Amino acid sequence: MREAIAQRLSATGNASALELRGVSRYFGALSAIEDVTLTVGAGERRAVLGSNGAGKTTLFNCITGDHPPTSGTIRLFGEDITDFPPHERIRRGLRRTYQISLLFGGLAVIDNIYLACRGVARARYSMVRPRRDDAVMQAAFDLAHAVHLDDVEQTPVSELSHGQQRQLEIALALAGAPRLILFDEPAAGLSPTERRDLITILRTLPDHIGYIVIEHDMDVALQVSDQVTLMHNGRIFREGSPDEIESDPMVQEIYLGTGPDHG
Amino acid sequence: MSGMQPGGPRTAAAWLLGLILLLMPAFAGDFVLFQIFGWAFILGMIALSLMFLAGYGGMVSLVQMSVAGCAAYMVAIFGDSAITQISLGWPWWITVPLAIAIATLFGTLAGALAVRTQGIYTIMITLAIASAFFYFTRQNYVVFNGFSGFNGVLPPPLFGVDWRQPVPFYYLALFFAALAYFLVLYVSRAPFGLALQGIRDNPRRMEALGFNVVMHRIAAYAFASAIAAVAGVLLVWLNAQVSPGTAGIGPVIDILIIAVVGGLGRPIGPFIGAIIYVLLRTFALDFLVSLGLSGERFQLLIGAGFLVIVFWSPDGVLGLWDRTRERIASRDRQRSPLYRAIRGQTGGPA
Repeated sequence: MREAIAQRLSATGNASALELRGVSRYFGALSAIEDVTLTVGAGERRAVLGSNGAGKTTLFNCITGDHPPTSGTIRLFGEDITDFPPHERIRRGLRRTYQISLLFGGLAVIDNIYLACRGVARARYSMVRPRRDDAVMQAAFDLAHAVHLDDVEQTPVSELSHGQQRQLEIALALAGAPRLILFDEPAAGLSPTERRDLITILRTLPDHIGYIVIEHDMDVALQVSDQVTLMHNGRIFREGSPDEIESDPMVQEIYLGTGPDHG
Repeated sequence: MSGMQPGGPRTAAAWLLGLILLLMPAFAGDFVLFQIFGWAFILGMIALSLMFLAGYGGMVSLVQMSVAGCAAYMVAIFGDSAITQISLGWPWWITVPLAIAIATLFGTLAGALAVRTQGIYTIMITLAIASAFFYFTRQNYVVFNGFSGFNGVLPPPLFGVDWRQPVPFYYLALFFAALAYFLVLYVSRAPFGLALQGIRDNPRRMEALGFNVVMHRIAAYAFASAIAAVAGVLLVWLNAQVSPGTAGIGPVIDILIIAVVGGLGRPIGPFIGAIIYVLLRTFALDFLVSLGLSGERFQLLIGAGFLVIVFWSPDGVLGLWDRTRERIASRDRQRSPLYRAIRGQTGGPA
């Protein structure tokens, strides 16, 4: 396992995928995250843990530009993207999924995936209908297959089960050539079987694709990450390998809750 | 997405409708061809441009009639009219493309102002622009000839045809209305239209997929405005005149009524709304007089019709039609399997 990680990190070079320096985000007088400094290497897989309100999703919103940071700088693969609109960040290889699925309910599954593939390709304004053998359309079908949604390709998204919607949510983030993906609680509401599928999908992603995953389920989080960041009250509280985090007594006391009253 | 299935009853109905429209001059009089259908096709195109923005893009624009009015004015100003001291008398092949280009630009700029707002604010901004256009044309005498506008604006006698005769004009309007209809239908499934529907459903996610939402919305305004501009050129030829009242607040609101009454769900809706509107507009007066009421109350009838539609079927006549079909289909489903076998229906959702 360790060797595999080392191999992957060296294969992708030393440039860091993401660099946050002193990033804060205020909503009025309320600070959601404060002075977060974080570096994620290319191809690195990191879990972000923390209780509700720790600022995990706000951190994601700052990185993608949904809610730009109030102060601080963000670099993506060396480029300062702090003032970029979200679509410019996405076109540079950043992707994200949402905690509550944000899909196009009126459109079919394949149309959703097609839009995701089209968004990071050219000809977004094309007035010519794609043919079935169109390269982007083909990529969409491949992606539908990869996340096991080929049976429901033509089904409107509003008719999918919760698990299928979560799978589609992941498919949208895999479109094009992602380099760094932010997964916001991908396992939320999934059945044990679906969780296993999710872990397989995450662990079999190509080596050059790094990700940050917010996850409440410790089992899932520790299985899919090389590094763990623990957030508390909008600040980074601990960083380390899954083993270090698991065995850190402070972490156990505050977050994992191994005290007598937690069974 | 309700696409037409090849060979279904729907396709047959579409072919029949197409045939009737093509053969209309054989059995319809000049008045029906010119004043009813000619006008309805033009209003339908302008309402179609609103349907494209509102139905696919979620943007209710009240500026589409002003875009058509702008194109109409440009044809009168650059081309020929009875107001020879203003009209430049340029040939039609410069005038018409120039008029469409300027009106499209006007609609695009209006869109650029409106796209950063949502819902009621989009309506307010576009209404403000439409009002400004109306008052500007009424008060400006140097270019727009103020209150009286331009008369004597005639279509060019291309191919030796007088295009203002009822039958040629009918086919001219039918051609462009059909072109606009099929264009919108086609584009709705092309990346541009699909992405617009994605933006309607979920702009934030579209940003997160790499789409420039603001630019895409402005492009939608440009596309819709080009359709409205073509309709505006036809409109000035139909009436042979253009004045501030052409794109006054009344007509601006009428386009919204036409689109909503017809239905914003599919491109055919605006044309259904337009034919209903033109029929009411034309015959409500006689109808009211025959009831012994004052004829000028025809607007009341239109308003009442609008109220009824919005109250009972917020998705317009189209929605009424879809629900009726649904009801018949579900009644069929409840019948015996034998009945379904004879009718050749599977009983499941199509």
